[in-house]
Amino acid sequence: MSVSTKRKLKKIFKNRQLTLGGVIVILFILLAIFAPLIAPFDPLEQSMQRRLQAPSGEHIMGTDNLGRDVFSRIVYGTRVSLVVGIASTLMGGIVGVFFGVIAGYYGKAVDTVIMRATDILLAFPGILLALAIVAILGSGTEVVIIAVAVWAVPSFARIVRGSTLAVKKLEYIDAIRAVGAGDFRIIFLHILPNVLSPIIVQATLNVGGAIVSAAVLSFLGVGTQAPTPEWGSMVSTGRQFMLENPHLVLFPGLAIFLLVVGINLFGDGLRDHLEPKKTK
Amino acid sequence: MIIFIVRRLLQTIPVLLGVSLVVFLMIHLIPGCPARAMAGEAADPVQIEILREQMGLNDPVLTQYFRFIRRIVTGDLGTSIVSGRPVVEEIFEARFAITVHLAILGTLAAVILGLIVGIVSATMKDSFLDILLMLVALLGLSIPNFWLAVLLIIEFSVNRGLLPIVGWGEINQMVLPTLTLGISGAAIIARMTRANLLDVLNQDYIRTARAKGAGERIVIFKHALRNALIPVITVVGLQFGALLTGAIITETIFAINGMGRLIIQSITQRDVIMVQGTVLVVSIMFVAVNAMVDIAYRLVNKRVDLN
Repeated sequence: MSVSTKRKLKKIFKNRQLTLGGVIVILFILLAIFAPLIAPFDPLEQSMQRRLQAPSGEHIMGTDNLGRDVFSRIVYGTRVSLVVGIASTLMGGIVGVFFGVIAGYYGKAVDTVIMRATDILLAFPGILLALAIVAILGSGTEVVIIAVAVWAVPSFARIVRGSTLAVKKLEYIDAIRAVGAGDFRIIFLHILPNVLSPIIVQATLNVGGAIVSAAVLSFLGVGTQAPTPEWGSMVSTGRQFMLENPHLVLFPGLAIFLLVVGINLFGDGLRDHLEPKKTK
Repeated sequence: MIIFIVRRLLQTIPVLLGVSLVVFLMIHLIPGCPARAMAGEAADPVQIEILREQMGLNDPVLTQYFRFIRRIVTGDLGTSIVSGRPVVEEIFEARFAITVHLAILGTLAAVILGLIVGIVSATMKDSFLDILLMLVALLGLSIPNFWLAVLLIIEFSVNRGLLPIVGWGEINQMVLPTLTLGISGAAIIARMTRANLLDVLNQDYIRTARAKGAGERIVIFKHALRNALIPVITVVGLQFGALLTGAIITETIFAINGMGRLIIQSITQRDVIMVQGTVLVVSIMFVAVNAMVDIAYRLVNKRVDLN
């Protein structure tokens, strides 16, 4: 390992938020990938004999109202949450970045139209727009991904537009244009790479927000549907039995909480690392 | 100043038109024919055709949109598919007031809790209490509020039997929903207040105040806080949006019959007209609050220049 790589790694590990958040996120990713190896039981296998058991040696997080192993369901639930979080961020991010860079680069009427459109999308508070989309398309994991993606578009567009405006004014862009590069080339080869840091930070934090939104939709009964193991809907079902079985709501909620804390720490750390100027 | 207020209010018009367009399009984006979706699977073609005609779905889309706008302006949001009652009646009879009440209580809880924690933390910077409070605030930011609500219920209703699990109206029924709604906002306001207060306390005029012999209490409450709180106003405004969404969750969990619960019920019952109405009303509220916050911000901080 060269000296400079070592120094870079040292800098990353010194950033405690980044390291701690990164470790948490990687653990959850491993959990999702190796779910079949880690989960001791089939997450869908029901058994009336062992329903509503408290946590024990065999079922470390107990069993639910249908006798399914809560731990196994949480392990598999990681897949749903991560897939929804990442897929919706990718979809919303790509669309948002596209419109943001176009708005910032072309300015004038294009900018006005795109920015007013984001104003309109932002006029629907929180998950309301996502709920409206669910109302149109019906519930299900795929719809949740679309709904949460649309919700993410305006923030990406705004951030990228701002950064594009700053980069566009730099002299080297004029130089490249003078050499004869077209708009397409300038945008994709010269502007986008330079606005990548804020995009990466926003994308990371958005994954956390998207996971919570998706869990909320499922909790409200309009997201991922039974019997798919999903943390939000596990809390929702567990609510009916929580008087005697608090473990049914504690563990899935804790999973969401931990993953989101991990992602937010990682995102904040990433911001400090990539954009040191912006931190106080 | 008046010019600013007028301009800010005018700015809401295109946004509201856009919102109404999106809400209008909802019914047209439903896969297949909206009339069929409303009449149900079992409806025969004649029934659907009558419904189409009634709903004006056979007219050009633009005509339909203008008719939609005209109806909204006159206060007609259509008729619920499920209950058959006017949407406006369903919303404004009782539900609207309940949600607004809940949102105001949540905001108050967030502001009071947030300010206390922020001020205590800032004045005792780097103490054990400061670190503890900021850690709690950090956790409060990340905790999903539906889970928080469930934890509060387990602790205060199930284990201690202090507060009721559901309902709205009695004071003891309002405690848990208010806390659920207020905590994430409180966490944000606490962090913001602390950071701003520390910033302000470093400024020259505070040193002057101290130099002339003002006590610590006077310095903080009379001189520093006033300036430190200006940016907090914006956060309170932004939080109101989160609060309206939070109300959907809170009302569902605590079985409170507000607009939030109505939205979820309408979605599960596929009552598109009702969803349209509630989404529209909530968004208009949000746009209005944002405009008011901007104006309030301008009133207390004359230095801001909003093009």
